[in-house]
Amino acid sequence: MNAVPAAAGRLESKERRIGRLEPAALAGVMSRDVSIFGRYWKATTFSSIVQPTIYLLAFGLGIRAFIPQIAGVSYVAYVSTGVVATAVLFSSAFPGMFNTFVRWQFQRTYDAMLAAPVDVEELITAEVLWVSIRAGVYGVAPLIVGFFFGLEPEWGMLLVPLIGFVTGFGFCSFGVAIAAVAKTIDNFNYVTSAVLTPMFLVAGTFFPVEKLPEGVRQVGYINPLYHCVQLIRNACFGELQPADIGHAAVLIAFALLMWRLAVSQLGRRLID
Amino acid sequence: MVQPATEASEGERGERSAAISLRGVRKRFGEIVAVDGLDLEVPSGVCFGLLGPNGAGKSTTMRMLTAQALADEGEIEVLGYTLPGQSKQSRLEMGVVPQLDNLDVELTCRQILTVFSRLYRVPRSERAAAVDRALHIANLRPRADTIVRELSGGMRRRLLVARGLIHRPRLVLLDEPTVGLDPQVRQELWSLIDGLRSEGVTVLMSTHYIEEAERLADTVAVMSAGRIIAQGTPAELVADHAGREVLEIYGPPARLAEVSELAGARGWPSRRSGPAVAILRAESLNGEAPEGVLRPANLEDAFVALTGEEIE
Repeated sequence: MNAVPAAAGRLESKERRIGRLEPAALAGVMSRDVSIFGRYWKATTFSSIVQPTIYLLAFGLGIRAFIPQIAGVSYVAYVSTGVVATAVLFSSAFPGMFNTFVRWQFQRTYDAMLAAPVDVEELITAEVLWVSIRAGVYGVAPLIVGFFFGLEPEWGMLLVPLIGFVTGFGFCSFGVAIAAVAKTIDNFNYVTSAVLTPMFLVAGTFFPVEKLPEGVRQVGYINPLYHCVQLIRNACFGELQPADIGHAAVLIAFALLMWRLAVSQLGRRLID
Repeated sequence: MVQPATEASEGERGERSAAISLRGVRKRFGEIVAVDGLDLEVPSGVCFGLLGPNGAGKSTTMRMLTAQALADEGEIEVLGYTLPGQSKQSRLEMGVVPQLDNLDVELTCRQILTVFSRLYRVPRSERAAAVDRALHIANLRPRADTIVRELSGGMRRRLLVARGLIHRPRLVLLDEPTVGLDPQVRQELWSLIDGLRSEGVTVLMSTHYIEEAERLADTVAVMSAGRIIAQGTPAELVADHAGREVLEIYGPPARLAEVSELAGARGWPSRRSGPAVAILRAESLNGEAPEGVLRPANLEDAFVALTGEEIE
């Protein structure tokens, strides 16, 4: 029953030049992510709403009494936009590290997929794409929560998913590259405490970087998340300016660099 | 005995070209040479058994055929495509059933098969039918919407096989397909594999179960220390390496040691076989042999004679 259709299939594929980053391969890998997402979207949605709510309640209401305004905006507006960036950071770097490690080492999902006509670059790119799309979409949640706390809607906010996507692409790829070199899953603790935690604080998320001591401030400026925060605030407060092209350029460069690093690092480990 | 290297060097691969061809393939992992100058030719349409003890390099060979391991030396061709450059094309036309269960435990059977139908580029309009057909092959239709975590070991293995067949491949790689399965599930898988062959699908199966190779394979290649040391039909291998009959002598350890020594002195090929000493090629003993039980030689005798290794 197999001989005839198989032979026909062969002819067709001989003619078809299979290239790099085929949409069909990317879609195939992402369809798996979508199926998995169908199982846990409720939990994801719940935490993406509740977390910024708690931040806003704690920081917004708690500190608002002492600091009504910060950098020219209300503290609620300041924090709700800052939390967008932290939400994007954590919802991309963590899946980058943990999902990659689990699927590669424990579930061997990647082994299964690489036996199909999918190459390493497609596999990693699709995984990162999916995570960054999700990060971009869920990055809007803190703004929606912010509206209930008095944040003013602004047309520029429509750019937030895009900014979240580009930032998420970079941090997810960063996570994948870390997963590629991690010996055990516990190694991620080093990265979480020594890299991600300072990164999420020294980025102008809850307080401006500008008031920090010189050395720390410099660290803030090279932090991609700082550029994400600046871009998001300027978009959300209707203050986009030429300097934002620089912020966007940093985020895009970071994303591209980390993407190539993720492909090369994990590629070396996936193929013997 | 087939000599794959010479066959390949005759060039001219007409319409009956090999499904898989490896020439002088070497693969090392640090100090360990896993595959050591492997020459292998798998003709189209046969069930080919790669038989060898654990650590012989079978799994590494399988991984090289999907370009998940890259050879350090040598040439590999699969379905007429040269690896690793054209490996994606060849993977499009073959199915792989891995030794280790790498199913997505969080997904249902149907979801897994749908994902792989996309990965294997089954056209959208044919996906549902392909998934249904695969569920049928695996006898999992009633479990189509069950999460993998809730399936039994045998069902999971059948799903693994179905996943590798979703796109009607013309070549299937099976890496130790029945390792760790109970006898009933093993029988089911055997008939499934036999069915594939009768449909004209080329099957390359690695195994360390003699019985599996003997039952299913048209041709068996015995692999040891990273290379093929003998190849032929199971009957040919038995005749060439174990003769027609085997004499088994039972007794207490001291007696067995004595028989072994005698066999050594007379130059009779012999091996320990559980509680007995087995003397191969018993038909040529000319009545000099000690008292024992005569039985037909089997592939296990040939395997042990070839590799010097006992098997489970």
